[in-house]
Amino acid sequence: MRGHEPRSSSSCAACKLLKRRCTPTCIFAPHFRSSDQMTFAKVHKVFGASNVSKLLSEVPEEQRQETVNSLAYEADVRLKDPVYGCIGAIASLQKKMLELQHDIAVARSRLLSAAHNNAGGGGVNNNNSSNHVSSLSPLVDDSSPQLAAFLDLVPSYSDLMLLDGSGLDAYLFDIGQPPFV
Amino acid sequence: MNPKRCAACKYLRRRCPKDCIFSPYFPPSDPDKFACIHRIYGAGNVSKMLQQLPVQTRAEAVESLSFEAKCRVEDPVYGCVGIISLLQTQIQKTQTLLARTQAQIAVAQAKHSQTQISEFM
Repeated sequence: MRGHEPRSSSSCAACKLLKRRCTPTCIFAPHFRSSDQMTFAKVHKVFGASNVSKLLSEVPEEQRQETVNSLAYEADVRLKDPVYGCIGAIASLQKKMLELQHDIAVARSRLLSAAHNNAGGGGVNNNNSSNHVSSLSPLVDDSSPQLAAFLDLVPSYSDLMLLDGSGLDAYLFDIGQPPFV
Repeated sequence: MNPKRCAACKYLRRRCPKDCIFSPYFPPSDPDKFACIHRIYGAGNVSKMLQQLPVQTRAEAVESLSFEAKCRVEDPVYGCVGIISLLQTQIQKTQTLLARTQAQIAVAQAKHSQTQISEFM
């Protein structure tokens, strides 16, 4: 007769993939339901099950689902873009941000000009906005940026303020194809 | 032991062969780089990832993995995905600001046109 080890009624996605018994204390079970096999497969391929287990054990329980969500997102992006992963996504967003900042500079200049016209003045010298544009990163016009130069532009991670506790799902949206294809 | 072992082989306490997949990207002068990547991804996974890439793209892949691993060590919950979320939020706010500014331009231009018409009449 076999030992009376506790069995869970259904294995989580992790234990199914790893072909092992899923215990009631399985660290993966709350976050990788049996229907999440594809998600766990991606996370396992990029990070490895034992590394994910270590990462989860190092964060408070109430933050583990957010951790899993971000690992799944990172793994998904890395598998789609094996060279740049999330850095490609960050570069794409940085470029978009720089373009928007340029657009805002131009719009503000036009608004000043329009307001000046309404006040009865002549045309406004718009040179300031083009100086601002020329000081922007070369990434705006460079279709294949050097990664090292790009990494200098990413804000210092420790200076960034993270989300205020809202779930990642509310903020993340599909960023589309990586730019370095 | 070969005194010129790469940082990866030093960390893994093994001989560094001539065709070591890690040695071009993990010089012995920067031991923390491999330590960080190994902590998050594991040597086996990194080796597999690099093997599947063309040689000319491997240096960039290592740099991006290194950056992501550092982000994950600094923030075990969100990693570099925190940066992505922040940028997306900033972009949305900037787009709103741009739309507002463009609306203000339209109002100012409409006002200017009205003023010109009433002066004409």
